[in-house]
Amino acid sequence: MTELVDCRGLSCPEPVMLARQALEKAADQPVTVFVSNAVARDNVTRAAKAMGRQVKVEDEGEDFKLFISK
Amino acid sequence: MRDRVFIIIAGAVVGLLAVILVLQGNPANMGFCIACFIRDISGALGLHRAGVVQYLRPEIIGLVLGSFVTALYVREFKATGGSSPVLRFFLGMLMMAGALIFLGCPLRMVLRLAGGDWNAMVALPGYVLGVWFGTLFLRRGYTLGRSQEQAPVNGYAGPFMAIVLLILLVTAPAFIFFSEEGPGSMSAPLFLTLGAGLLVGILAQRTRLCTMGAIRDLILFKDYHLFLGFVAIFVVAMIGNLFTGQFAPGFAEQPVAHIDHLWNFSGMTVVGLAAVLAGGCPMRQLILTGEGQSDALITVLGMAGGAAFMHNFGLAGSPAGVSPAGQWIVIISLVVLFIIGAANTRLLAAGKNKEKAKAS
Repeated sequence: MTELVDCRGLSCPEPVMLARQALEKAADQPVTVFVSNAVARDNVTRAAKAMGRQVKVEDEGEDFKLFISK
Repeated sequence: MRDRVFIIIAGAVVGLLAVILVLQGNPANMGFCIACFIRDISGALGLHRAGVVQYLRPEIIGLVLGSFVTALYVREFKATGGSSPVLRFFLGMLMMAGALIFLGCPLRMVLRLAGGDWNAMVALPGYVLGVWFGTLFLRRGYTLGRSQEQAPVNGYAGPFMAIVLLILLVTAPAFIFFSEEGPGSMSAPLFLTLGAGLLVGILAQRTRLCTMGAIRDLILFKDYHLFLGFVAIFVVAMIGNLFTGQFAPGFAEQPVAHIDHLWNFSGMTVVGLAAVLAGGCPMRQLILTGEGQSDALITVLGMAGGAAFMHNFGLAGSPAGVSPAGQWIVIISLVVLFIIGAANTRLLAAGKNKEKAKAS
């Protein structure tokens, strides 16, 4: 079961803070983050990569779905 | 890596353009000052009657339109809003209040430093302190709430206002006030000021350059990405000033500045804290306005209102210093900011579980 973090409608740094929190808690488990703007998409991606994770971005209508895994 | 280079280039361009704008006629150490320029626009529209600071600054118009066109082009334009608009208006007012005590937004603080104005060296730690206060709230779950997607017309409102201002600038009808003396009367030629605004608008939209985010991310995440841009502005502007003979080190007699250290420091503390709580420095608010965020536009309007408030009641700082009433404004601003911060702090993680259930 993947951890889901809904950051839609939130602007940075909140999505980054929530994503990092979730990644720390999930240890090696994958985490899926929803964001609604390109800034959050880029910042969460950068933060996850800095934590040594892989990030796969998918368009989800007007939003973005970030699948973050080890 | 490419991102890193890009943000350094963006910062360098801002620094370089700032030097050129001053050489070509802008007030000293004021190639860019978002707070000063919004204040000048407030004055030009007659919202305040401080005769020496009234002008429809094309840099502001350019920043919004540059960001708007870029956001459209890269498909990042999205009309959103509705995240605590009233509080954002107040945060804009307070951000302007602090900036007009110090006499400059964070961007001008960097430019003043690069011009040898050591008063900015007193203000910088004050600014960092304000941002640090803000991160304390963020760590405790501060949020103004989620924004919603809105009808596109909400997002076009900001760029539309920028175009109206441009038309008013070019046609110069009698009801618009243009300073005949003082900083408001000093400006580089239109093609330069507008062009510089457009270029920085484009670069800042792409790189997310933000003078508050620079410090905030360093404190919160030890992420120095935005900080690189911040440093690049300073380094290039300083080199530019040295080469063009505009570097004049000292405390006294600095252009559009005063030497009230306590109020330079605490004025920028107000700006730093307000910027964190509002999610962006004054320049960043203009860029987000161009991207269609009505939450940012309302913050900009708050800044314009704040400028009117500060000048109409004689609260703004001046080269003579900060009046007792202005000093009270700093204290009141800090109190109000702490109330706004505390009142919107909740453990995001706690509310998160419900949201998660909805998402899955």
